[in-house]
Amino acid sequence: MSLNPTATSRIRATKLLHTAHGPRELDISFQWDRGRLLAVYGPSGAGKTTLLRMLAGLTEPDSGYIEVEGEVWLDSSRRINLPTRRRSIGFVFQDFALFPNLTVRQQLEYALPDPRKPAIIKELLAFMELEALQHHRPGLLSGGQQQRVALARAIARGPRLLLLDEPLSALDDDMRHRLQEYIQTAHRHYGLTTMLVSHHLPEVFRLADEAIFLEKGRIVGQGDPAAVFAERPLSYRPGSVDMTGEILNITADGEQLAVTILVRGAGNDRTIELEAAGSVAAGWRVGQTITITITPKIS
Amino acid sequence: MIDWQPIWLSMQLAGITTLILVVIAIPVGYWLAHSRRRWKTAVEALLSLPMVLPPTVLGFYLLLAFSPTGGFGRFIDQYLGLRLVFTFPGLVVASLIYSLPFMLNPVIAGFTSLSPDLRAASRTLGKSDITTLLRILLPNIRPSLVTGVVLSFAHTIGEFGVVMMIGGSIPGQTRVASVAIYDEVQSIHYSLANRYALTLLLISFVILLIAYGTNHHFNQRKTLL
Repeated sequence: MSLNPTATSRIRATKLLHTAHGPRELDISFQWDRGRLLAVYGPSGAGKTTLLRMLAGLTEPDSGYIEVEGEVWLDSSRRINLPTRRRSIGFVFQDFALFPNLTVRQQLEYALPDPRKPAIIKELLAFMELEALQHHRPGLLSGGQQQRVALARAIARGPRLLLLDEPLSALDDDMRHRLQEYIQTAHRHYGLTTMLVSHHLPEVFRLADEAIFLEKGRIVGQGDPAAVFAERPLSYRPGSVDMTGEILNITADGEQLAVTILVRGAGNDRTIELEAAGSVAAGWRVGQTITITITPKIS
Repeated sequence: MIDWQPIWLSMQLAGITTLILVVIAIPVGYWLAHSRRRWKTAVEALLSLPMVLPPTVLGFYLLLAFSPTGGFGRFIDQYLGLRLVFTFPGLVVASLIYSLPFMLNPVIAGFTSLSPDLRAASRTLGKSDITTLLRILLPNIRPSLVTGVVLSFAHTIGEFGVVMMIGGSIPGQTRVASVAIYDEVQSIHYSLANRYALTLLLISFVILLIAYGTNHHFNQRKTLL
């Protein structure tokens, strides 16, 4: 628990979802602290996007309670439901939802609550490296550029809660890595509380302070990503996950070799220890880049 | 010699009708595009009815409705001092009903073609529905609005059956260009009829040319800066 009670926010919500697998009840309850970067992870149809849309007020839960830093946004028992425009949020949509008629700069100006304070626009354009594109309309921009505009626009109004709905799913790996850095740096620089929907494990590990693991409409784990995913066999089929790392150290331990691997993140490197049979890892050298493939157990 | 009055009257009728239709079609189209009420389908069908009805059928029922001997006609005659049978205001009201689907349908199509996330995104940026409509939605459905304006204008200029039923052929009041052509043909003044017809044809072509030019220009601007 945080010392400052208003720094904690909470949601409790139920909603009947109509998924490809038939009707399913979404029933979630969790809390989070100000300044955290939370990743909401889970297979498709688990209710990740619905969770984000409920926080934004774009989808109404059947029943629930949402309190963000001391302000009640939703209380179905008291019939309180703050409309979206009065919730202090920034939302990055999966398709970015940029306004086709406005230039990059105009998108940010539109987002400003007070048009007399345009200083943040200049700063955001510089921060997201969009200065050269500021007079272009979105139709001319690449996917990665559009994503940066959407991120800058969501931040421009200085939201309490930044919600990102799989913003990187449409991008290739290279672009994905670069944009993860933008998200992480923006999160820190602007002191945001961020919630990111993702079904990409490396992204969760790279970005998140905390992971929320959703499955079939229920939260099955919350906490440090390593702990959340270590505890659980992944019982669905997301395909295999590749992580690229650099070998830091190899020590012999009888027939086995203990290998320490550095997995690079955006300013947030992590190390992984693994044991490999001498016959497999005989050719491995310190400094070498290797790919670790994690294939989930199918139950 | 060609009498310009029927052509001028046609232009006035089409201009006024189109202007009023823009004002009506935007809120109604917005509601029909975004409402989830079940009976909106019935409203949509009802408002599209003039598109499939024979104009004389529509004109006949409007004549009955507007007649000062009927309930509705007597009401507006007594309380508003407005006579809608065989008058120019009557032609405007009839044209509004007759041309409404031609303005409304493109507007609805425009609204529904936009990603629902645009509206949602504007809300998440703290904007009201009115601001969203004026600054985001309407500018992005401009080609649909232009199409609606052109279709209603052209359709109103071309109307004949409804005008004949409800307006007759009173020079300077209800004798619009299409009626004038009919009158001249009836009087075997083929060359005069031809001049009216040719003028209407030219005007229609110029309107379409301007509309397509505007939309083409807009579509280019949308992507190129």
